Amino acid sequence: MVEDRRLGDLIAYVILTIGVLIVAFPVWLTFVASTWDASTVINGQMPLYPGPYFFENYNRILFVGTSSTTREPVIGMMFNSFVMAMAIALGKIFISVLSAYAVVYYRFPFRMAAFWIIFITLMLPVEVRIFPTFKIVSDLRMLDTYQGLAVPLIASATGTLLFRQFFMTIPDELLEASKIDGAGPFKFFKDTLLPLSITTIAALFVIQFIYGWNQYLWPLLVTTKDSMQTIVIAIKKMIVTADALTEWQLAMATAMLAMLPPVFVVIAMQRLFVKGLVETEK
Amino acid sequence: MAQVTLNNVKKVYAGGVEAVKGVTFDIPDGGFCVLVGPSGCGKSTLLRMVAGLETITSGEVSIGSRTVNQVEPADRDIAMVFQNYALYPHMSVYDNMAYGLRNRGTPKHEIEKRVREAAKILAIETLLERRPRQLSGGQRQRVAMGRAIVRKPQVFLFDEPLSNLDAKLRVQMRVEIKKLQRALGVTAIYVTHDQVEAMTLSDKLVVMNGGQVEQIGLPAEVYRKPASKFVATFIGSPPMNILPGAVDGPGIVALGEAIIEARDLREDLAEGAPVEIGLRPEDIEIASEGQAGSLPFDVEFIEELGATQLFHGKLGGQPFVMQAATGEVSAQEGRLWIAVDPDKVHVFDPKTGVRLGKG
Repeated sequence: MVEDRRLGDLIAYVILTIGVLIVAFPVWLTFVASTWDASTVINGQMPLYPGPYFFENYNRILFVGTSSTTREPVIGMMFNSFVMAMAIALGKIFISVLSAYAVVYYRFPFRMAAFWIIFITLMLPVEVRIFPTFKIVSDLRMLDTYQGLAVPLIASATGTLLFRQFFMTIPDELLEASKIDGAGPFKFFKDTLLPLSITTIAALFVIQFIYGWNQYLWPLLVTTKDSMQTIVIAIKKMIVTADALTEWQLAMATAMLAMLPPVFVVIAMQRLFVKGLVETEK
Repeated sequence: MAQVTLNNVKKVYAGGVEAVKGVTFDIPDGGFCVLVGPSGCGKSTLLRMVAGLETITSGEVSIGSRTVNQVEPADRDIAMVFQNYALYPHMSVYDNMAYGLRNRGTPKHEIEKRVREAAKILAIETLLERRPRQLSGGQRQRVAMGRAIVRKPQVFLFDEPLSNLDAKLRVQMRVEIKKLQRALGVTAIYVTHDQVEAMTLSDKLVVMNGGQVEQIGLPAEVYRKPASKFVATFIGSPPMNILPGAVDGPGIVALGEAIIEARDLREDLAEGAPVEIGLRPEDIEIASEGQAGSLPFDVEFIEELGATQLFHGKLGGQPFVMQAATGEVSAQEGRLWIAVDPDKVHVFDPKTGVRLGKG
């Protein structure tokens, strides 16, 4: 059978290009809006090309802040969001890699019970247990702190499950070879298990960093001080203003800034990701 | 270098499964002991107990003069080669070999020296910077051996190390393992289910079945005088023919109509007692009709093996195989008259499978 490959390719490219345009257009519009002044954005006749206010808008939002609702400069909020996202991602990796190691490699009493208890927490995300969690955090005087933002979100089973499944694919002979080579439990973990888990760790880091960065409900509850706001909350606050004009150009600039760190994380980790996928062999 | 002694070693798993039912033997210093048997016979469990990877339920394992039951694998002064090699995938060949030494705190220049030496012996000097995944099966096998050599252990343990290689490489590595063990003079225990490997490598062959030792001896001895029907059919390829028969007098057994001599037959057996007669396919000779002790063999088909031919057919209604050098017997189907050297007739108890020999 002879196919007309060129026509097929052309159609595929057209469809893909349309798809890319649909996805990219709002992002472009956001960027364009962040480079004009307030009146141009508001009068509904904003051009589709960037305006002359790029530096002014970004400088203002990064280091000064809006004039009404959020007050603090966005650079501080980005720092808060970054700390929270990093704490959640790293904390979760740390806890889940250790708990998976225990569940897979140690024969302790009630091992499976312990695993199932961890597993069941999948059914209890923060939204479900939000009042008790808030109560605990407030009793521990962790409101308006970085611990308060991150710790309750670290505890969940996804990471443990991911590592458990991965550890179970590692042949027992590697453990036995390590034993004969004189590596104790900690050395085996550090010298063999962790290096083999790099790709899984990278995957979990990407997922959890974005999960942490995008948090809205929990930070809204536990932070009251302006200095502890995260950038995602700030965007929302900038848009809903009861008694003042929304400074759309600044809200859009904040949205652009909020997008950057997750994009960087994905791009940076993607390389490790692909490298790991290609090279992994057990 | 050390002698390894096993004294009534047992392994019972949680749940009551008896994997090893009391095994006693010893391997002299520098000896090459092969544990052979079908899968599930407990040979690997036994090896793993010597390695310290399985706990010993009862009995005693000693290496040299030291009982090692409670000693950690790393402190037993052993090195093990695994079936799937168990190389660390994220380490270079050099690091794979050096890892155990580093953990023991061996000085750096000493590690370097030993790794280079081992690499030279195994002809893998050019591969030291590679990762295991960049190596072929045979090369990985060598690295696994290298990892064992650099430790300069008292005992080498091999757990079916050749079963992941192709047939040609297996023969080559088999010879190399034997040479290496001779050259280094290290005591070795080798587990396999391949009777050819078992015969060629060992100077002490331990045949196991169902968690028990069936026979221990020199490979030639085990081949010549199998202690049981199980050993007789397990060692030797194609396997020994087993035919039902009866005692017909001192040193004489009846096989259907025919009467044949069996020199090793025990003398205290009652006439007419049922026995099983074992004849190796390669021990069969061509005879003529009417000759004393000749048996009628109806050939059904012939398998060509190149140097030899296998004649499949029936003898007294039982399946029977005979092996002969190509050209020795005119290849055709139909009746052949065959005979066996009285020294090569094996007789077993039909109930227990024990050899009914003179002792």
